[in-house]
Amino acid sequence: MWRWLHPYAKPEATFHLIQKLLPWFLVPGVVLSVLGLVWGLAFAPPDYQQGESYRIIFVHVPAAMWSMGFYVAMAAAGLLALVWQIRTAELALLAIAPVGAVLTFISLFTGALWGQPMWGTWWVWDARLTAQLILLFLYLGVMALYVAFEDERAGAKAASILALVGVINIPIIHYSVYWWNTLHQQSTVTRAITRLEAPSIAPEMLYPLLVNIVAMMLISAVLVMLRLNNEILRREIHRPWALKYLGIAVSTPAANATTEKE
Amino acid sequence: MQFESFTEFLHMGGYAVWVWWSFVGTLACFALIAIEAVMRRKTLASEARKHAARAERILQARQARKQQKAAH
Repeated sequence: MWRWLHPYAKPEATFHLIQKLLPWFLVPGVVLSVLGLVWGLAFAPPDYQQGESYRIIFVHVPAAMWSMGFYVAMAAAGLLALVWQIRTAELALLAIAPVGAVLTFISLFTGALWGQPMWGTWWVWDARLTAQLILLFLYLGVMALYVAFEDERAGAKAASILALVGVINIPIIHYSVYWWNTLHQQSTVTRAITRLEAPSIAPEMLYPLLVNIVAMMLISAVLVMLRLNNEILRREIHRPWALKYLGIAVSTPAANATTEKE
Repeated sequence: MQFESFTEFLHMGGYAVWVWWSFVGTLACFALIAIEAVMRRKTLASEARKHAARAERILQARQARKQQKAAH
């Protein structure tokens, strides 16, 4: 049933697929980012309590959401790498981690910039904030573990295990605002989308927020794709297909010239 | 448009520092990581080119030596 997927385990096939998909993520990503930022910054109405400061939501919430989303994607890559020993999945782990770390960092520092005027403090050891900080350390840990071994594949295996174990932090982050009595407010978007309860956000604010959420997903995906293709190129740099892609002409036996003994 | 003028837009109802730093910081983070990826691609390509050129030189030198030996 999954046979059609098998060719994509081959790095070369993944590389060419990503090259083809890139513009389909990049163009809508840039368009939606511009739309979302202009809409959120200039056209969305001010909040009746927080005034204009609430506009930080348009970067804070998308970054926080995708910091978790990309973590799950990274853990899924880790599972593929561990169970099926797929090299491309190992490289995906290495490609996603820095982007996820940047998203987590953005959510933390925009949170601090929002917390200072609204809560009167940059940081509190509140359950949500602390769990998010742990997410940042998990990303950094995965990156560090990956390169900590002499043998890259051993590092990839260790990093995959850490990524999988760290998944436990994702529901903790999500439910932290319900399980503990925290300073951080409860989720707005999940509530508005699932419609299980009355939405706590006005549609004039929700729509630009949704645009920004989709935009940040697309832009982050582009960054992951660029990095994954870089990693594939690094691994396969002496293969004929990679040289051909880079436009390097090689006379047939030249690729072996350095290793061949006279 | 929620703002009367551009100055008011920049002022952000007194929250300019917090709002603008958040957005500028976010854009800077994305820009940095994007530039890093593009630079890395360029480095990889130039390294591959250097490696290919070196392989070519080694081959040519080997050929030249063979010809020299044959001439003697």
